[in-house]
Amino acid sequence: MSVVTNTTTIGAIEAPSRRNTELAMLAFAVIIPVFAYANVGLAKDGSLPAGMLGYGLGLSLLAGVAHLMVRKFAPYADPLMLPLATLLNGLGLVLIWRLDLEPSITTAAVGGAMAPKQMIWSALGVALFLGVLLFLKDHRVLQRYTYISMVVALVLLILPMFFPAKFGARIWITIPGVGSLQPAEFAKIIIAVFFAGYLMVKRDALALASRRFMGMYLPRGRDLGPILAIWAISLMILIFETDLGTSLLFFGLFVIMLYVATERTSWVVFGLTLSAAGAVGVASFAGHVQSRVENWLNPLALQNGGVTETAQAVYAFGSGGLFGSGLGQGYSRLIGGIAPKSDYILATVGEEMGLTGLMAIILVYGLLIERGVRTALAARDPFGKLLAIGLSGAFALQVFVVAGGVTGVIPLTGMTMPFLAQGGSSVIANWALIAILLRISDTARRPAPAPAPTSDAEMTQVVRP
Amino acid sequence: MNKPLRRVAIFCGLLILALLVRVNWVQYVKADELSKDPNNRRVLIDRYAHKRGDIIVDGKAITGSKESKSGDFKFQRTYKDGPMWAPVTGFTSQRMGSNQIESIEDDILTGTDDRLFFDRTLSMFTGDKKQGGHVVTTLNGAAQRAAYKGLGSRKGAVAAIDPKTGAILALASTPSYDPSRVAGNTDEDVKNWQQYEKDPDKPTTNRALRETYPPGSTFKVVTAAAALEHGLYDDVDAKTDSPLPWKLPLSTKNLVNDGNHPCKNASLRVALQWSCNTVFGKIGADLDNEKMLETAEKFGFNEQQFVPVRSNASVFSKDMDKAQTALSSIGQFNTAATPLQMAMVTAAIANDGKLMKPYMIDRLTDPNLDVLEKTSPEEMSTPLSPENAQKLQEMMETVVNEGTGTRSKIPDVTVGGKTGTAQHGVDNSEKPYAWFISYAKTDEGSPVAVAVVVEDDNANREDISGGGLAAPIAKDVMQAVLDRQK
Repeated sequence: MSVVTNTTTIGAIEAPSRRNTELAMLAFAVIIPVFAYANVGLAKDGSLPAGMLGYGLGLSLLAGVAHLMVRKFAPYADPLMLPLATLLNGLGLVLIWRLDLEPSITTAAVGGAMAPKQMIWSALGVALFLGVLLFLKDHRVLQRYTYISMVVALVLLILPMFFPAKFGARIWITIPGVGSLQPAEFAKIIIAVFFAGYLMVKRDALALASRRFMGMYLPRGRDLGPILAIWAISLMILIFETDLGTSLLFFGLFVIMLYVATERTSWVVFGLTLSAAGAVGVASFAGHVQSRVENWLNPLALQNGGVTETAQAVYAFGSGGLFGSGLGQGYSRLIGGIAPKSDYILATVGEEMGLTGLMAIILVYGLLIERGVRTALAARDPFGKLLAIGLSGAFALQVFVVAGGVTGVIPLTGMTMPFLAQGGSSVIANWALIAILLRISDTARRPAPAPAPTSDAEMTQVVRP
Repeated sequence: MNKPLRRVAIFCGLLILALLVRVNWVQYVKADELSKDPNNRRVLIDRYAHKRGDIIVDGKAITGSKESKSGDFKFQRTYKDGPMWAPVTGFTSQRMGSNQIESIEDDILTGTDDRLFFDRTLSMFTGDKKQGGHVVTTLNGAAQRAAYKGLGSRKGAVAAIDPKTGAILALASTPSYDPSRVAGNTDEDVKNWQQYEKDPDKPTTNRALRETYPPGSTFKVVTAAAALEHGLYDDVDAKTDSPLPWKLPLSTKNLVNDGNHPCKNASLRVALQWSCNTVFGKIGADLDNEKMLETAEKFGFNEQQFVPVRSNASVFSKDMDKAQTALSSIGQFNTAATPLQMAMVTAAIANDGKLMKPYMIDRLTDPNLDVLEKTSPEEMSTPLSPENAQKLQEMMETVVNEGTGTRSKIPDVTVGGKTGTAQHGVDNSEKPYAWFISYAKTDEGSPVAVAVVVEDDNANREDISGGGLAAPIAKDVMQAVLDRQK
């Protein structure tokens, strides 16, 4: 038997597992944030920070355990995703710690120092990551929970409406003793599971049973139902929870998955039309959306005689220039409140690491998304394909919505930068997301089992008389 | 499903590309504009992030920097003997901006000046903190102290100039204010500033440069210069054609003299010695407005002076009739002069007729005191010929030796001067200003010319006279400069 050479993205027989590549990459992903940590300490106090050893060991431990678990339970998984996520999470911790050192940000009113909590959340995230790898032996199991997922996702999305608004948005639920959760971060994953399951079943009906209208294929009414339902839900989120980002994320996610499932461009046009109609409708009467748009169009305009947060972020980017002021040497504190650690954390990247650092971070996100889409391409089953593109699509949209909002490509919507920004729900949910993607890629790249020799083979031999 | 997947991949790529394009736009294309935006607080933070360069007198800094107590701004300005030096330094405040030298030489002091580019680049590599350059002034510490101490609690101003170069040696103004008290960014600094602004005594006004007073009899030296220059009289000891009483032209009023002095047909020397209004008023009327104006403007009247801090323009009006010209020629009517202006007049006479452009910044240096720019003395005009200047000097020396200015006499030194008691207010209702202008002279020429004005409304009216109030101050200032010469 000759060796089959692997020329496609789909893993084939005897594909290398690439686990050692992952380990080497992980070393970088740990060393870079540790250097960054040292850099902040040197810039701020002129000495190596006391917590450096603990931080380095902690990050190494998390990365090491994750790596060993991947080696054991998902040996053929994509080798880049874990290092990229570790790098982002590690840099996020350094940035939050660096911002903790600004007394004007780290006030009791905004919760004090955040870095230790974020470290615990990151550990919880990695624990969930390990749990998923350990207990989810095959991603296709999730298919069974299609409709349960739908219910859970809806509950998660609607829950925050019953809790008071925090920082101007109704996107939090408060559990006594645990703290605040942002359920939308988890709903993002669960709803991708639901879409993948639903669309896999309905894709033929959606793709084929449609009427032609003005050169486009329009879906039947009964297939249209769930789409309009999602559109309505996303509008509801926008209106009642004042959460522009999440509604954009869910609707975009649905359009992407629908398009991949049905392969019909008309769905994209249809989806964009609906979202545009919804956005214009809401913007025409919701004050906070209007003010966001206003801020976006005139970011430097003074409001109430003062410089806005938006303007402060733009100034932060501007003063960063090509190479930045250096970690710990910028003035992100001017943005004020908790914003520099959450929504505007990219402003600190831009100011202190400069254009170079910011582009590097964006490219790291780009690479992570690219590995996700590649996993979708490589997956062999339609459910896996849909789930992978759903998860990476959601990730891509979130990155774009946040980074685009902060840098001014689109109006600001107030979501968290995955892994980088301060926020427990976000970091835990995103580690789970990476775990599911790794599981799918492991299945996709796993060598097909060699066909068992059958006894028939003997019998079909031509017997010469 | 791979075809739409690939398209989604491209879509994701476009999203990333859009972000990359945008951050390049913001951080590269717009960076410069944003980092200079006046609303960008970083501009101010950077300004106060390092120690400001110093303003230097006699080789010693009269300014300093200390760490700020509050806010984003790391360093704030401190001043040694703030009230004494305020008319020279001005102030720089984290809240209220800055003025005078602090404002004019701001680029040097903060270190942003292009001429400091090499230093900045160097410190970028050596890791040193960015530093500001220094401003070395022409002032003489001892003279300044004498002037400030002499004025004491009274309102007034002193300007002293080196006649040979135009270098300003003293510039005092009282009551003054302490720039240290407004340098910071706290509400207290703002409160202090408002207090200064509300004070009816106007402590923040730089009286030496920005206040114009009627010069009174001190202006008679300008009138005398005009008489000599325009050939009205040649010999300072020859009798002039000056009747007593003298009726103002086009008027029924007589011009009167202060006291009973031999002013009738008095020579220029005697007229100046006793400050005869009739003699100098008639000279003004005889010369007429045009000729008086010509001489006054040669001395610097009607023009703002930049030393480089701006001084107000002194006034000698155009288009006056003979009576008005006569009154203006004895320093009344519309005539108004800054102390600096009268010091310039004195300096020009002491420098044998040549008026040097006054200046108070000797050189700008980098942080290591290497010179970036040095001011070279510049001639401004020649209001009178050397011969006439010497005649005027003789006259002024008579004033000090035998006339109204005896209190400025310095043993073994030739001193020339002129007193002035300027009436002002409607019908002279307010208390007059006491003026004294003088110069000292040694074998090597004159090292100092000084103008003193005291506007003291606490003194008894009878006590207010240039010779009594102002002359001792001028003497102390001259003495301080002379002591340095030894």
